[in-house]
Amino acid sequence: MKAKIYITLKKGILDPQGKAVAHALATLGFKSATNVRMGKYVELDINETARDKAEAAVKAMCEKLLANTVIEDYRFEVES
Amino acid sequence: MKFGVVVFPGSNCDQDCIHVLSDVLDQQVTPVWHKETSLKGLDAVVLPGGFSYGDYLRTGAIARFSPVMEAVKAFAQKGGIVLGICNGFQILLEAGLLPGAMLRNRSLTFVCKDVYVRVENAATPFTGRCEVGQVLKIPVAHADGNYYTDEVMLSQLKASAQVVFRYCDQVGRLTEDANPNGSLDHIAGVLNAQGNVLGMMPHPERCAEEILGNDDGRRIFLSMLDALKTGKLSSDVGVAG
Repeated sequence: MKAKIYITLKKGILDPQGKAVAHALATLGFKSATNVRMGKYVELDINETARDKAEAAVKAMCEKLLANTVIEDYRFEVES
Repeated sequence: MKFGVVVFPGSNCDQDCIHVLSDVLDQQVTPVWHKETSLKGLDAVVLPGGFSYGDYLRTGAIARFSPVMEAVKAFAQKGGIVLGICNGFQILLEAGLLPGAMLRNRSLTFVCKDVYVRVENAATPFTGRCEVGQVLKIPVAHADGNYYTDEVMLSQLKASAQVVFRYCDQVGRLTEDANPNGSLDHIAGVLNAQGNVLGMMPHPERCAEEILGNDDGRRIFLSMLDALKTGKLSSDVGVAG
């Protein structure tokens, strides 16, 4: 199975990178873009056939290593 | 006293720490490779600065799973003195030995310069040679030093005097300009609740000798020595570590 994991800074936490990108977009004339938030995308293969097992494993990976839950939220999709 | 300086792949301030402890302060120092599982015989441990594991994923995120970190945890739990400098601080945060996390610097740039920090708590094993309100000049060199924690933890840190250093100007005022990275509440150094683990972003090992034009950082190491000698923190903690 394949897992697609999205890690983003929690709401309310200052994102200096997002701010800089938002500023650049505005400078380029994309006035409609606001609230840019940068994050990480992780893709991995997982050797499980049962979806619930795969999801449990990915959740554990996020909690333990992939995300720092003091500052980051995560969500993921598991597909076969 | 016998100090251990942990060396991770990508540490680059380990030799500076070893130099200060052994050549300047005439102490015994052992480099501790990150694969070690014991800190036996050590009185205090330093986690130096650098770019452990290339800062991949997040600063300190991979290093915290190095085998030596289990030993560092056990050492800290028994009351052993642990100092984390810069990347060492980041690793202690990721390992959960200190509260909070690091965000990218507000400026998005790597900041490498002398800064001033105000001593907020002089009753720690790391600041005994300082006074509350004293201003120290110590250099920083980092891209991720923007300290963050939630409001609950912040009030807890303040209430129990765990904020040990704050970025300030030359005379000790907490101005915005004096905060090099955007750290919450100007926090430059944090102590654990137990009072034996300190993380700080500035590099005291880079300013511990008069020949370098600044020896403010020496106070941190001398304070550690005092604390070890007075035995407030038993030197036996390392034995079973």
